[in-house]
This record gives sequence, C-alpha cells and structure tokens, in this order.
Amino acid sequence: MEHIITPKVEYVKLLNTYPEKKSALGTLYLTATHLIYVEQTNNNARTETWVLHHHILSVEKLPLTASGCPLLIRCKTFQLLHLLFQRERDCQDVFQSLLRLSQPVKEEELYAFLYNPHQNEEDRRQGWEFISVANDFSRMGLSNEYWEISHLNKNYEICSTYPSILGLPKNASVAVVTGSAKFRSRGRLPVLSYYHKDTKAALCRCSQPLSGLTSRCVEDEQMLQAISQANSNCPFIYVVDTRPKLNAMANRAAGKGYENEDNYSNIRFQFQGIENIHIMRNSLQKLLEVCSMKSPSMSDYLTGLENSGWLRHIKSVMDAGVFLAKAVCDERVSVLVHCSDGWDRTAQVCSLACILLDPYYRTIKGLMVLIEKEWISFGHKFSHRCGHLDTDPKEVSPVFTQFLECVWQLSEQFPCVFEFNERYLIEIHNQVYACQYGNFIGNCQKERLDMRLHEKTFSLWPYLLKNQHLYRNPLYRRSLESTVLRPSTLPLHFKFWCGMYNHYDRGMHPKQSVLDQLLSLTQKQVEGERTMTELQRQLAVADGVLPDPSGPINTPAEQDSPSEKTPTAPVVQSNGSCAPLINGDAEEAGPGAEKCNEKEGADPGATEHDLTSSEDKPVSVETEHSKEEVHESS
Amino acid sequence: MELSEHIKTANVEDVTLRRPFHPALRGTLCVTSHHLLFSDRKDEASWQLLILLKNIDAIEKSVENLFGYPRAMGSSGTITIKCKDLLVLQLEIPGMEECLNIASSIEALSSLESVTEMYPFFYRPSHLTLNGPWGLSSTEQYYKQTERLWDRWRVSTVNSDYSVCPSYPSAVIVPREVDDDKLIRSARFRQGGRFPVLSYCHHRNGMVIMRSSQPLTGANKKRCKEDELLLQAVIDGSELGYIIDLRSAQQAQQARMTGGGFESKSFYSHWKRIHRHHERGKIVQESLIKLVEACSDPSHSVDRWLSKLENSKWLSHVHSALSTAGLVVECVERDGHSVLVHGSEGTDNTLLVSSLAQLILDPASRTVTGFLCLLEREWIQAGHPFQQRCAHSAYSHARLKQECPIFLLLLDCVWQVWRQFPLALEFSEALLLRLAQEVYASNYGTFLCNSEQERCAAGVKENTHCLFQSLLRPDIEEQYLNPLYEPTDLAIWPSVHPQSLQLWTGLFLRWTEYAQNMEEAREEVWSIVKEHHEQAGPDRTNNTLSTHCDTLTPFENLMDELTIL
Repeated sequence: MEHIITPKVEYVKLLNTYPEKKSALGTLYLTATHLIYVEQTNNNARTETWVLHHHILSVEKLPLTASGCPLLIRCKTFQLLHLLFQRERDCQDVFQSLLRLSQPVKEEELYAFLYNPHQNEEDRRQGWEFISVANDFSRMGLSNEYWEISHLNKNYEICSTYPSILGLPKNASVAVVTGSAKFRSRGRLPVLSYYHKDTKAALCRCSQPLSGLTSRCVEDEQMLQAISQANSNCPFIYVVDTRPKLNAMANRAAGKGYENEDNYSNIRFQFQGIENIHIMRNSLQKLLEVCSMKSPSMSDYLTGLENSGWLRHIKSVMDAGVFLAKAVCDERVSVLVHCSDGWDRTAQVCSLACILLDPYYRTIKGLMVLIEKEWISFGHKFSHRCGHLDTDPKEVSPVFTQFLECVWQLSEQFPCVFEFNERYLIEIHNQVYACQYGNFIGNCQKERLDMRLHEKTFSLWPYLLKNQHLYRNPLYRRSLESTVLRPSTLPLHFKFWCGMYNHYDRGMHPKQSVLDQLLSLTQKQVEGERTMTELQRQLAVADGVLPDPSGPINTPAEQDSPSEKTPTAPVVQSNGSCAPLINGDAEEAGPGAEKCNEKEGADPGATEHDLTSSEDKPVSVETEHSKEEVHESS
Repeated sequence: MELSEHIKTANVEDVTLRRPFHPALRGTLCVTSHHLLFSDRKDEASWQLLILLKNIDAIEKSVENLFGYPRAMGSSGTITIKCKDLLVLQLEIPGMEECLNIASSIEALSSLESVTEMYPFFYRPSHLTLNGPWGLSSTEQYYKQTERLWDRWRVSTVNSDYSVCPSYPSAVIVPREVDDDKLIRSARFRQGGRFPVLSYCHHRNGMVIMRSSQPLTGANKKRCKEDELLLQAVIDGSELGYIIDLRSAQQAQQARMTGGGFESKSFYSHWKRIHRHHERGKIVQESLIKLVEACSDPSHSVDRWLSKLENSKWLSHVHSALSTAGLVVECVERDGHSVLVHGSEGTDNTLLVSSLAQLILDPASRTVTGFLCLLEREWIQAGHPFQQRCAHSAYSHARLKQECPIFLLLLDCVWQVWRQFPLALEFSEALLLRLAQEVYASNYGTFLCNSEQERCAAGVKENTHCLFQSLLRPDIEEQYLNPLYEPTDLAIWPSVHPQSLQLWTGLFLRWTEYAQNMEEAREEVWSIVKEHHEQAGPDRTNNTLSTHCDTLTPFENLMDELTIL
C-alpha cells in the first residue's frame, strides 16, 4: 500500500479510442492490486473497469492538452486505457503509483502471494495435484517395453530447468543420459514429449547440441540411436531444428549449433524456420500498432497486418507443428525437436503437434495437462517471457500467446473438435499475466519448488474447471475425437484474432453471439434433464423404492453442478430472456452475479441507444476479476 | 442455327472427372443444349454431375499424345472447366477430336446471348406450373401492404409503357402531390429517365429513402423546376433532406462535362449533399477476378496472400458499401431525415446502398420472404442490368464489357451483417450462396434480362419459373433458414472497422475442405436447436420456423423479444 500516493481521484475522463463516441466521466481508485475506474452515467447505472496492476504493461504521460492531463495505460491483455485528469498533480501521482505498482521487484509482491480464493489447505493441496504430468504418461501407456519414466533428474542435477520426472528410452544407460545432457545447451537432453501409442513413434525434445564446428559426443549419438531404436516401425528419426538455418549456423560459431547428419546414424535433419523471441516481440508490437490505429482504411489495415509479419510467424509455428504430427502419425517416424534452448519454439511446436495428434489435448482438462507438461514443467520461462517482475525487457516475448493463437486458428478451421471455446484461451492468457494463481510464476520447476509456490499460492486449474461451463464449445462432437487433425496451412486460413488483440474494443466484435445462444440452449437442456432426473427420484421416493429424500427438490441438483451458481443459469430461468447472454458479456460477468444484474436492470432505452448510436463502440471495458477477490485483498 | 447444331460430339465414354478434394471418377460425359452431364456408372449406384452450360465461365483445353493409353488411341485431351460459381473441374477425355469437339460445343453453348434460348425457357419441372402470378409482389401490392405510405404517397403508372424510363418498372411510388406531368419532366432531367422514386419508408418515423440517377445539369448548370418540386415534396415541410451521392465530389464535378451532374445547393436548398466515393463497373469486376485468383494461389507465403487480398480491394468495396449504408441509416433512423441516394446511372451502387440500408433498418426485410421481396423490388424491378453485369464471373478471359459483380458484393455485405448479427436474419448463409449461384446461371427466369421492359418483351413471366416463388413453395428448405433466428425490431448496425470485416470464406472457399468443416458445424447448430425445441414444446418451434409463411411478418409483438445489446 505504501506505493499508492493517491487512492482516489474524481472527475477523471476515460477517453474512447474512437473519437465519435463521447468519453465517460468517473472516479479512479487505486487499490493494492487493481486500478478501478467507476463511470457515472445519467441513469445511475455504474460501469466499472477493473485493471489488475500486473496486467499493466506500460504507463505513459502524454503532453498536456487544453482539456487536461492525459495518461495512457497499455495492458498485457491488449487493453488500452486513455485517461484524462483535470489536475496535473493527480495525473503525476497516479502515474508514479502505477509505475511502481505495475512493476513488482520481488516475487513476494506478486498477487498470487496475497490471493486466497477461500480455500483451505486441503483444497489447496488437491488443487495442485489436480493436473499431473505423471498421469499423462500413464495415459500414453508408459512405462512400456521401449520407454520408461525416469527419476534420474529428481534433484534437478542433470538438468536444472527440466522436470523431476523424464520419459527416456529404456535402452539408454545412465552414462548415455548424463553424457548427452553435457553435450546439450543447459543440459536439456533429448527426452520424451509425447508417445503415440498406435504408431509407436515418439515426439522428443531437447536443446541444441554443443557441436560447434566440429565437436561430437558419442553419448549424444547413442541417445539419438536409443530413441530411434525405441520405434521398431522406422529405421530413422527426424531431427527438427525449428530455427531458421542461418540462426542455427550462427550458433555454431559460438560452440552450439545443430546435428551433423554424418555423425549421427539414421537421422534426417530438417530446419523449420521459426524466428527468435526478439523478432516475435517486435512483430507483436507492430501488430498492436495496427490494432490501435484510429479509423484505418481497409488497405491501411491489411498492409499493416502484412508488415507486422505476425500471421507469417503464426503460420511458421503451425507448419512446424503439422510437420511433426504428420511424421509421427502418417510416416510413423519418431521426431526429436529442438531450437536453441528448447523452451520456446520447441514448446510451441511440441504442444501444437500434441493437439493435432491426440484429441485428449483438445478437451478442457487436456489443454491444462498439455500446458502443465510442455510449458510449465519443461521450463518455459514464464516469469521472463511475460515480464512478471521488473527484469530484462529483451527476455519478454509472446511465445505462449502464439501457441494459444495457433490453437485458436485450428478451432476456426475445425469448429467441432475442441471441447473449449475462444474464451477459455483468452482466460488462460489473462491468467498467465495476472499472477493471481501460482502456476505461471517462476521459470522452471526447480525455481517454483524453491519459492514454495504450492504452499504459498493456489493453482489456477481448479478455478478454470469450476467455471468450465463458460468455456464449453457447444459444437464439440465427441464422435470426431479419434481423428488426427490435418489443418490446411494455406495462408488464407490464417486470420487476425480480433477476439484477442482487440478484445476490449467491443464495437469490433459481432453484436450477437452464436456461442452464447448455443450455450444458453444447451444449458437449459442440461437443467431440463437434471429436473427430470430429480422428478424421477422423487417419484421413486414416493413409491418407496428409494429411502427418504435428503433435502428439498433443488438441493441435490445444486450440489451436483457448480454451474448453477453462475449468473447464466438463474437469469435464463428468471425471466425467460437470454439478454445478458446474448450481448456477449457473459465472461465479463465472471463469478460475481452483480454485474449481470446491473445489465439486466439497465434502462431499455439506453440499450436501444447503444445499438443505434452512430458507431458501435465499446460500451464498457471490464476485467474478468470479481469484486469478491478484491475486497479480499484490499 | 439450332442449339443442337453446336454439338458435334454428344457423348464420350471413359472420361475422368477430377474435382478438388474428391477422388477422380470415371464415367460418361454428355453435352446437351444447356447442360454438361457426367455420370459415373460404377455399379448400380450411379452418381451424376449436372452443370448448366451457362454456369461455365471459362474453359481451357490441352491436348496431348499419350503413348500407352489404355485404349491405345494414342491421344487424349484435358478440359479444365471454370464455373461462375467458382468451382473448377477437370475432364480427361480420350481422343483428341472428341476433346476438341466437346470444348468447342461448350464454348459456343455457354456464351449464348439470346434470352429466349436460355435454359429457363425450357425448364419445366413437374412440380411447378406456369400459370398464376410471377414473382412475389408488385409495386401496387407493396403499396397496399404498406399502410404508412397511403397518406403522402401514391402509385404512379406514368411509366406503364416504359417510355418515361425504360429501366423502371411500370409502376413506381412517388409523392402524392406530384402529378405525372411533373414526373415526366423530372425524368427528362435524370440520366436514363430514372427520376427520384420511393425505395423505403421507415416504419418508425416515416422518413424515406429515395433513389434516382444523376441529374443532367451539364456544364451550364441547367435546372429543372419539376425535379426540384418533386424533391421538395419528398421532405414535405421538414427542414432537411440528405442527398448521398455515391461519387466523390470531384467525380461529380467531372460528370458535368459529359452532361451529368449533381443537385446544386442553390436550387435544392433543403437538401444537403454528401459525397461518398464508390468504385464501379470494371474496377469492381477486376477486384473479383483478383480476389478469386488470390484465393486459388498455391503459394505458402502469408505476406503474398495479404498483399494480394489488399491489392484486390474487394474488402475495401465491402467496407465502403457498408459504411455508406450505415450513413444512410444514420440519417434516417437517428437524425430523422429523408435521404436520396444516387450515383451516375442509379442502377448499381445506388441499389446496393439502398437495399443494405433497408436490411439494417427494417426488420421486415430480414425474414426470408422479406429479403427476397427486397431483392425483387430493389434489384429485379428497379432495373439492375443483371444480364450485362453477370455475363461473366471471375475466370473468364473474354474482354470485359459491362460485367460488374455488384449483386455479389451485396450478398457479401449481407453476409457480413449476418456474421455480426447471427440471430437477426431469418435466412442462412446457404440462401446467400444459392443466390450467388443463381444470379450467374439459373433454371429460373428471375435474373434474366436487364429490366422489366426487356422481361416483358421476352415473355419471361409467361415462359419461365420464378426463383423466389420456388424457394418459398411449398415450404422453404431447412438449409436456407437460420436456426438461431430471433427477430428484433431494432436497427442492426454493423461495425465497419476493418477488423470486423472478413473474407466471405463460405463463397470464396466454397469448394475446399474448409467448407465441409463449416457444414458440420452448421449441422451441429441445427441439431442443438432442434433438440432444444423438442424440449421446449411446439410453440417455440412454430415461432421460429414458420415466420416465412406470412408475408412481411408483422412486428408488433417483437418488442418483448428484444434480445440484442
């Protein structure tokens, strides 16, 4: 709290991105965790905008204007807030406070260490155990005659940034494993990422070899041999370097590099040409400039999109993922993937290949497992890449965002194969940067252990699961689940993700949502079925078939389903109208039902005005955090 | 020359058909006067492909000598057929001569220009009869049904013999106080005689959308008292009307040099003119050609794709059309002013803008029947020259004459509105796709000719069937309905941010695997809705699925059902 100079400023204007729409007047509050803007409107309706301090990317004081002192706040969630203060002094105070609040220096300052979602220690423990990488290995059928789950790295001595359990080929000796680790950048030796039961082909990952111009390592060569031998279907393996060839060659001069086909028996070497984190960071920067252009023409927009290169990079990740999936599934060849350190591009393409190969990862829970496995446990440096703490800005890069976007691009091509909808991906993205839960804090498993995150913070996954009704894709067809996805990678299939990068520009989005409509229909259906079951149960009780009822009619149903507590269900039932759902704000309503009521109670005249007023501008921008959470911490 | 004389080889066996994303098929190919028929005689279950020759936009042939061809004929040829609905087929025909014969027959028969030789004059399905009225509605019927017009507007039959304006229908709606003589004089002052007529009267405030062609002011700034009176009568005492001129101010100035012009402020003092530049004619046609070419580009470069998409300018046209329609709606709905829309001829962009504005404003035009009536009124009867504009589509190598895919642009814009308001339209994307196909090649007479006058002369109404009627009778096919339709009385104002507009993949990627995935999704939506309706009981089902049966559904009760933002 000591960083907050002014906790409340009145008569602050929230300028709209689009000049046509008149700006709002309201009060700005700073709490320990959030910036809150409360807009006063004529008819006593309050619109609140909540921005988590961790979500703030930058705060910028713009030159003084006749109408006041402007402050521009850019968020990691791609929200833009343009505030106008009447007094220079207030602007300066808020500016200074936010600069400090948005840039925590020590880990303990992160929100997750303050936040408690009303859980006891037992809930906390269960929450952390809910997603288990070890279980996923069993799901793949491991250990088996070719692969084993090894605890060689249990003290993180072989590789400090790898998880404690590793999937290794059975016939690789300890000497081979440790020898290979020494020949790989940061000890990130080749280990199993995914095992394809049907073809016996494996997807493995590692970092670049320390081959330099001439070095070789017998153990590393034996390691690759062992991986190859673990798949009897094919005499060779692909070694995929996801970097552009030029980058890989440059690394050779620094004693790193890539595998020489002559030294390794039976490998086929491939480059994939995904650019490095710096190029990706700059590309996103350019994309966001396009997103925030003021009334661009169609040509400006398309040219800007092209010049940003963003979709080109997304396609390069997708192409590599598709290559891996095809190799494993169609050619029955095992693949070893690396980039430089094997924690960015490698994580992207391995996890994408997993989604293409295995329908399990296309479910709500499966995606959690995948992120836990390929990203969190394999040491994707979330703290650095997301800039959780005030560290080197050159380490920040939207690598994980790109992965989420690839999943979204797939869901656009295959609307019926994912159990989750777009909001799930966006919610995960927001949570990664929010640091409200402990999952994405730290850069690797060892670091998390040292921070005792499992004791001090809570896991995100149970929270997402509790709200999974919001993230369901009503079109999901389980019958299609056994198929491998074969997306078209023609450029015209790569679309700009407006729902992510212009998420807060409500006016750009469709005004009615098919998703909400279908969710509300299917929700009613689920409830209808539940009522029917309950009636049958009561009949059975009345007939004496079942013992005495445990409670009133609705209680068991409510216990069954956490979804009953959400705003969606009661509203739908109460007045038979789907209004709050259809306006596409369901996810903003979040766990707190208050906002929903606000909308419901809003003047219908105002509703109509919004629709018919000159342009469709965002009516309000709100964060997904419920009020309850903030009262807790402030 | 009889049509059949063009056919030198009517039948070829052992032809291989290749379609995108389907295995090759072998079968028999037949050419008839109006169709290309391919039938696959595999076992008993035969599969047939029937293509209207008129649907063929371009054919490319290549003949080669092939040694070791199964039938040892030594030669064969490949014909690539590119259809106006963007389908591309390949036929491998054994025998060079047969191949060339087939190709030349297709070339001759697909480019017939005589209307009465076209297939709609021969199409006689057993379930349709030629007796009875043609079309859904007439100007008179529309007037009768639209009570809000009765007070200040009348139907004029001044054009009953098409002498005042050859491209207008025989009856038009004009201000009650303006007599036919004045109309005739105003017509002389407007290009092609297209004097200002009523296009739409807003149900909320009685404001109207008028449309016309440009006034013939010329370099000498001529004026026409009657034209001025006619427009004065439109606003009838209210302070101001807006003229939306679909040309840039500079273009409008230049038009004076060639006898055209614009309404000057001094003579039309109660009208405020706004210029909005819209591309027309050849430029739009070339856009379509470039876009379709870009969509079939096999290159894997994203930059190349985005640059080609940008360069085609198609989305820019979509953007302008929706923006200007939004402007018209803003004038009518929000500011409460009447609007006159025109460009030059008043037969293309004018109709595009006025009909889009109606779709946005008028709930009645968002039902299946209402939408088809809108198309009939604003495009067919209003004299959009379909025959000239749709002679060729995106593949043709023929020199462009008057082709211009303005109607396709309309359908694209409607699709954009549907994408942004997926619950507000009663019809589905499938209906738009069907119309996109029918407008270029059809069994029906609806899109034949360039005007009502031509249609009368050719006997279209007596000798062909009407597409719109057939779409609605006896009951509309489920696939043309939007399962999520929930009528709303509000204006549905689409966003025109570039981020909000997308490539119409349903049309431009129609023949790819992608379309199949989308089809699955559509089926899934239907099955969810049906399941829901079964549970909710029959009431609900009737409400959504049978509104198309009433003509221009009344909307009194719908305020209760408002479900939009």
